[in-house]
Order: sequence, then C-alpha cells, then structure tokens
Amino acid sequence: MDLHFGDSKPTDEERAAVDALLGPPESAWEAPAGEWVERSADDLRWARGGRPARDRRDLLLPGLHAINDRIGWISDGALDYLCRRLTVPPAEAYGVATFYSMFSVRPRPATVLHVCTDLACAARGAAEVCAGVEQRLGPGSGVHVERSPCLGLCERAPAALAVRAGDPVRTAVAAPATTESAVLAATSPDAADEEPPAVLAVPQAGMPSPGCEKTGRDPELVLLRRVGVVDPASLDDYRAEGGYAALRRAFDIGPAGVIREVTDSGLVGRGGAAFPTGRKWQATAAQPDHPHYLVCNADESEPGTFKDRVIMEGDPYALIESMTIAGYAVGAHRGYLYLRGEYPRALARLEHAIGQARARGLLGDDVLGQGYAFDIEIRRGAGAYICGEETALFNSIEGYRGEPRSKPPFPVEKGLFGKPTAENNVETLVNVLPILTMGAEAYAAIGTGKSTGPKLFCVSGSVARPGIYELPFGATLGELLELAGPPQGLRAVLLGGAAGGFVRPDELDIPLTFEGTREAGTTLGSGVVLVLDDTVPLPRILLRIAEFFRDESCGQCVPCRVGTVRQEEALTRLLERTGAEAENDIALLREVGRAMRDASICGLGQTAWNAVESAIDRLGAYA
Amino acid sequence: MTTAESPVRGTAQGARGTAVPLAPPRRLLEFTIDDEPVRVPEGSTILDACRARGKDVPTLCQGDTLTPKNACRVCMVEVEGSRTLVPACSRRAEAGMAVRTDTERARHSRKIVLELLASSVDLSTTPGAAEWLKEYGAEPDRFGPDAARLNEGPKVDNDLYVRDYDKCILCYKCVDACGDQWQNTFAISVAGRGFDARIAVEHDAPLTDSACVYCGNCIEVCPTGALSFKSEFDMRAAGTWDESQQTRTTTVCAYCGVGCNLTLHVQDNEIVKVTSPHDNPVTHGNLCIKGRFGYQHVQNRD
Repeated sequence: MDLHFGDSKPTDEERAAVDALLGPPESAWEAPAGEWVERSADDLRWARGGRPARDRRDLLLPGLHAINDRIGWISDGALDYLCRRLTVPPAEAYGVATFYSMFSVRPRPATVLHVCTDLACAARGAAEVCAGVEQRLGPGSGVHVERSPCLGLCERAPAALAVRAGDPVRTAVAAPATTESAVLAATSPDAADEEPPAVLAVPQAGMPSPGCEKTGRDPELVLLRRVGVVDPASLDDYRAEGGYAALRRAFDIGPAGVIREVTDSGLVGRGGAAFPTGRKWQATAAQPDHPHYLVCNADESEPGTFKDRVIMEGDPYALIESMTIAGYAVGAHRGYLYLRGEYPRALARLEHAIGQARARGLLGDDVLGQGYAFDIEIRRGAGAYICGEETALFNSIEGYRGEPRSKPPFPVEKGLFGKPTAENNVETLVNVLPILTMGAEAYAAIGTGKSTGPKLFCVSGSVARPGIYELPFGATLGELLELAGPPQGLRAVLLGGAAGGFVRPDELDIPLTFEGTREAGTTLGSGVVLVLDDTVPLPRILLRIAEFFRDESCGQCVPCRVGTVRQEEALTRLLERTGAEAENDIALLREVGRAMRDASICGLGQTAWNAVESAIDRLGAYA
Repeated sequence: MTTAESPVRGTAQGARGTAVPLAPPRRLLEFTIDDEPVRVPEGSTILDACRARGKDVPTLCQGDTLTPKNACRVCMVEVEGSRTLVPACSRRAEAGMAVRTDTERARHSRKIVLELLASSVDLSTTPGAAEWLKEYGAEPDRFGPDAARLNEGPKVDNDLYVRDYDKCILCYKCVDACGDQWQNTFAISVAGRGFDARIAVEHDAPLTDSACVYCGNCIEVCPTGALSFKSEFDMRAAGTWDESQQTRTTTVCAYCGVGCNLTLHVQDNEIVKVTSPHDNPVTHGNLCIKGRFGYQHVQNRD
C-alpha cells in the first residue's frame, strides 16, 4: 500500500488528541516530514508494514472520536495525521468520517446541540423547542444546533443533548427540554441540571403491587428489578442483589450446558428480528475457525426505543455479567460492546463498571478464578442508525463505512474481522441471567408458548406515564396502555418504531407476542409503543418517518438510496392532498415500497415503507 | 482484515479457454432456472449460470474482473423459499435451488430500480440503459419534475480524464478497482451517506491533490461513462464522438517488458481512447498511466 498524504498538518491539540489514544509516534515515519520528530538513524531501519500496520484499522473510529471530542470537528491535517498513524488511506478515512452524522469535516463551533425532532419528541412539542433554540443560538453564538433523529430519551420528550468538545469532552441533557433549558445545556453544560436517575424511566418501580410497600418495588419485575434498587456504580450492591449468581451457575454447567438452557428457555432476540438465541450461540460455538467474538449491539437507534439505555444506566453490571456468560458459551475471549454515540451517561457507567469488574477479577485473564479469559471493549457509534444492522456494525467496528454486508455468509460463520461472531441485543443478553438463575423451565413458563419470558416495552408519546414497562409476553396492548395511562382521544399506536406498523384504537386486544402481532399483520419490533392522540397530525408523522429513512439510508443499494428519497417526496406532496387527489402518490408509494422491500440489501430499506403502508391501509391516512 | 472473499478469477473465466491455468475440477451443482435444469460448477453464481444458458439478466455494478458488490440491484431474481429477491450477480448457486428470472415480481423490482436510477442520474452514456428502460416499461418521469437529481457538474481538473458524477450510479466499481482488488492506490472512496453519498478523494480535493496515479483502471470498469477520457469527453461535448466510425486495434504496449495488451480506439486516424482486454491472463484489463494515456507521441505528426 503506497499511501499519499497532502501537505496539511495537524495542530498541536489535534496531535495530542490522537496521541492520547495511540501513544506517541514510534518513528519519524508517523509524522509529517520535518515535524516534531527528528529523523534518526533508527528510522532508516524501522518500518511498520504489512499486516501489523493494517491490523490497527479498527482504531480509526475511536481516533475520529478522539479528534472530534477534543476539537469539535475533524480537519484535513488531523485526519491525515490519524491516517499516518494507522496506515489508512486518507480517501478511505474521509469516506468513514463523512459517514457519521456526529462528525463534521467542516469547521463548526466546539459545542453542538442535538435537538431531537423524531416521533416521540415531535408528539410533545419538539418543533417549538427547535424553533426557539435556533432563534436564540444563531451564528456567532458558539453553538451549532443540529436537528437530530431519536436521542433515546423518549420518556422525557422533548429532548436535547449538548456536546462540548474539549479535554475532557462535556455533555449535558435537557429533557424534558424547554428553549431555556436547552440553551442552558448548550451554553454552560457544567451548570445544567443533572439528569434524573434511570429509575424514573421505569414507572412500574414507582407503583408497587399491593402488599410489598416495604421494598417499594414490583415483585413481578425480572429484568428491571435492580433498576433504582442498586447504585449503578456499586459492584457490591449488584452482588448483594443476586449479581454474578448466573455466571457461577454457567461455570457449573459448562458452555454446552449454558447453550442448552438458553435453547430450552425459548429465548429469541429482542432487537427486532426474533432469532432464537440458543441456535445462534450453538452455531457460533460450533465453528472450527477461531477466535470467536461476542458483540453486544447497544446501538439502540430505532425511533422510540430506549429500553437498552435504561438497563445500561440503571443496572450496568447485569449487561457485563451476561456478556461474560455469552462469551463463555460461544467460546469467545473478547466481547465488543457497540454503544450508540448519543448515550454519554450509559458510556460513563459502563466504562466505570467494566473497570470495577476488571479490578475484581470478574473480567480479565481468569474470570472468577475459573481459568476463563474474557474482556469487554466499548466501541462508540457516531450517529448512524444503520450501524444497528448486525453486519454494518461489524464494518463500523473494523474501521470501515457502516454499510451492511450481503448475507450469506452469516455472522455466526464470518462476522467481526471475518471470524465467527455471536451478536446480541442488550435486552436479549440480560434475559440470560434469569434463565440461568431460575432455570430454563421456570423461565419458559413465563409468557406464551411461542414467546417466552418477560419483555420490555418502550411506551412514549401521548400517555400519562411514558417509560419502560416490563410485562410477560401475552399481555395485550390495551393492558399495557392502561398501565401507562392512555390519552382521551387515542388516534393510533405505532408498534415497533419507524420500521414497524400502526394499529387502530379498536385493535387494543392484540396480544403482545411475536406470533400475536404477526397474526394481526403488524410487528413487535424492538418493543416500541408510540401512542398518538388525535391532536397529532398523522401526515406530518409519516413524513418524519420518511425523512428519517432518507437521512439514515447508507446509500449502498439503489432501491433504498433513491427509493427513500422518492418516498419522502411523495409524502411531502401528500401533506396537502387527500382522497382522489392522493391516489396517484399512494400508488407510486406502493410500487416503490414493494421494490424497496424486495430488492434492498438490508432491513433498513426492506422495512422503510412498513409504517407508511400500515397508516394508509389500517388507519386510512389520506382517505 | 477485510472479509470480502477473493474473487474466483481464473475459474469461471477459465472455461472460456484463455491461458489461465484451470482450477482443479469442481463438483457440478444441479438446480433449475425458469424450470429448466442447469448444471454449473460449484462456486458459480446464479448470473454465471444464467449467462451460460444464454439468459439475459441486466447488470450494472457487476464487473467481470471484480468481486460482486451487488449494490445496483438490477439483477434481482426470485429464488424459491427466499423472503426477498436475491442478486444473481453475487448469490452462489446451490443444489436444488429453484430460480426464476422473469417473474412479475422480479420484473417489477427491475423496473422500479431503473426508474429510480434514470430519475436521479444521467444514464445517457450507459450502455444498455435505453433498451432496458424500454424492455421493462420504465417511466422515470412519473416521479414528477421536482424529483431530486444528483445535480453534479463534470469535474475537469486534469488533462487525462474527467469525472462526471452526474452520471454516477455509485456502483463502487471504481473504488474497488482503485483499492485492494486491483490497483492498491486507494485514491477514492465513497464519501457522505445515503442520497448525498458521492465518490470522492480525501477532503473532496481535486484529483491533482490526491493519491491518484492516473492508471485509468477506474475508467476501464465504469459502467456509465461517468469516468471518461478527456478526449472522449471533449469530443462528446463537441458532438464529434461517433463509435460507429471507430476502429479497435489490440496491440502490445511498448513501454516496458510486461507486455500489456492495449486496445486502441481510433477515430479519424486519431487515438481517442485506450482500453485493455479483460481476459488478458496477466493484467485483466488493468494498465498503468503510460499504457493508458501515453499515446500522444504516436500521433505527433510534426
């Protein structure tokens, strides 16, 4: 590889940001000619070449983060320096840097305020906040305001996230945001109100069932039982509340035993695709190629989804323990936790928890003294919904553009770094803890025959008590809404997020199971339950969904890249049209939607038309 | 690190009787295409099998010298049991598969993809595009006069070749040819995301500030004419480009000892473009700057 670099040089600060991640340059080859590292006789004999040089490619995304966190944007000189250090062609690194919406390769102020304009926030007045903020923080204010897709703070909608570059980078959240609180978060992030504890996103924790006032918690909760009960920073708290009992049991029964229990429990993936977890683990564990990897998909970006955030913020050790169990079962010694870039508090808590677990021998060369080596590395996303697609996530970790790969081969065979990989969603993983502590049989007794166990639902929009609800599979949509406090004039419920589907107020008896929703012609997806009352303008919501997919399409395949644009154009025209006037555009949408579903490479394009189609067919939108 | 599988060069092509050493004999797979039984060597794609049967499946991003990227999605066919359509160019044939190339579903998908492309990209110099649009009954105009287009102007920043990204369908072939599949120069990449994604060098700079070595191997694989010789671009602008008046002569490059094959495209006794045969067992259509662009001395008549 013959790399070519331009003449642009990094500033001292940019160089320091990169060196803080990669260490100081080892030779003059890694610095621009004549700059800060004197050439020595050693340099004539020194070269990092071949595979060892290219093997550091996966540090590209962390490197871009390092620069962006320190400076606020990525200059030509900084990008070139990072490329020199990692032996990455600058054109490819430029392609990667421009892929993520949280990075900028053009100068911008150090503070960026992301104001959520997505579904849940739009239903709760995001437009006013956005307009107010944009008016107050114009050019020259030192703040760059960005309209953002879902920030995963839907229970406190509308939400805004301020990120101020520096050393260290500072963040502040305003939610529920007013113009004032958002402006304050952006102009003085250190003075902004602290975020409320994660437990406030769990309304059930505040309404104990009768007879258990003493503990103040709902005895029915399985997955959320520790949220608000333990101090998320305290490993001792976690252990006192039953933590690490599941890992001990895992070591007792061995990897095959764990896979058997998980298979028998009937656990299926909670990220949206509902693939049997036991089968995935078995397939990974059985691969002759090594090493095996475990990847936790915490790139929770489906609009309206925030369940993984609440687990990671409220009970971070649970995720670490369950990743260790999963790694043990599939024969992996390294786990990657791919966390979306918009979750600074989850990042801080998980980093702390991983450090504690390492210090106490719960991660590292000899986990629990059992001779099993396992460690976890956190990788931050940088604003790309598509990176929640399992193979796009691999490319993102590896330092490439987050574009999905075509399958087959499937990840269990060729996943991260081309090796057998088991990738699971956060909620899926934490379900493994009760499976091991209560046994597969007892776990499978929860829920229905085909959908076993407890399920988290992200309820947002026009309800009295938005938040994460944990119910056994099989509860009906109506029962869930009763808990959350449904609105007076219910217009529709969006199940499964932007890639899901709408249901009508007269369909509230739909059982919340995979088979039940499928039978009703809709989907459970990632557990989004977005409630819309009749004050919310439906055509606007549909247009917002279309805008979301247009913005988040990676651009790799034609049906999705252009189809999402044509869909958005048609829905813009439809804002003003109904009845016979709307027929042409609806026909066009159907034809394009069908091709997107049939011919797109990945789930993003295949599902981009689902919600709009269901609104037309079930809700009679534009009729 | 990269997980892209190496292309099966010299295997499928080997059957054409070139000097490529034949791979060890491979098992034959039996399956059906449009209800007709076919047998192909293991490792062949559905497209290989279709072409061996003389069935035409349109392709744009597929290249005979490149690993399929399956980005354009015009070659989609129906495979029994598959939830979605599958790309014929990259899906390996499996025993017992039932493939249908011309169902209403596959034709609908091709028609829409062609409409999406034609409504956003200038396909005027894409070989085959006009016929396919007609065959599939595509009406790109139905998205209305306000349908978003790429709206790129030609980038003329050097004397050798022009990048006219208004004609770019983002097939990734130039990126793959410049990168680890052939040239290993890595001068270009896809930058940006979604509809705003474009082929660019680092920092979106002019080509002259980039790592480009002007081998022109990207022009060789470009399926739409977005990348073209400056000579071709100028002649098209002047209205003098006329392929029916051109001769093609394959000869041997005289610059070095490798002996690459050059195909000289000559119009009015002037070399207007240089390509290279893709079935050349050594170079597979790739050249360097000298073979590709260093022909001026031949026609220096002073």
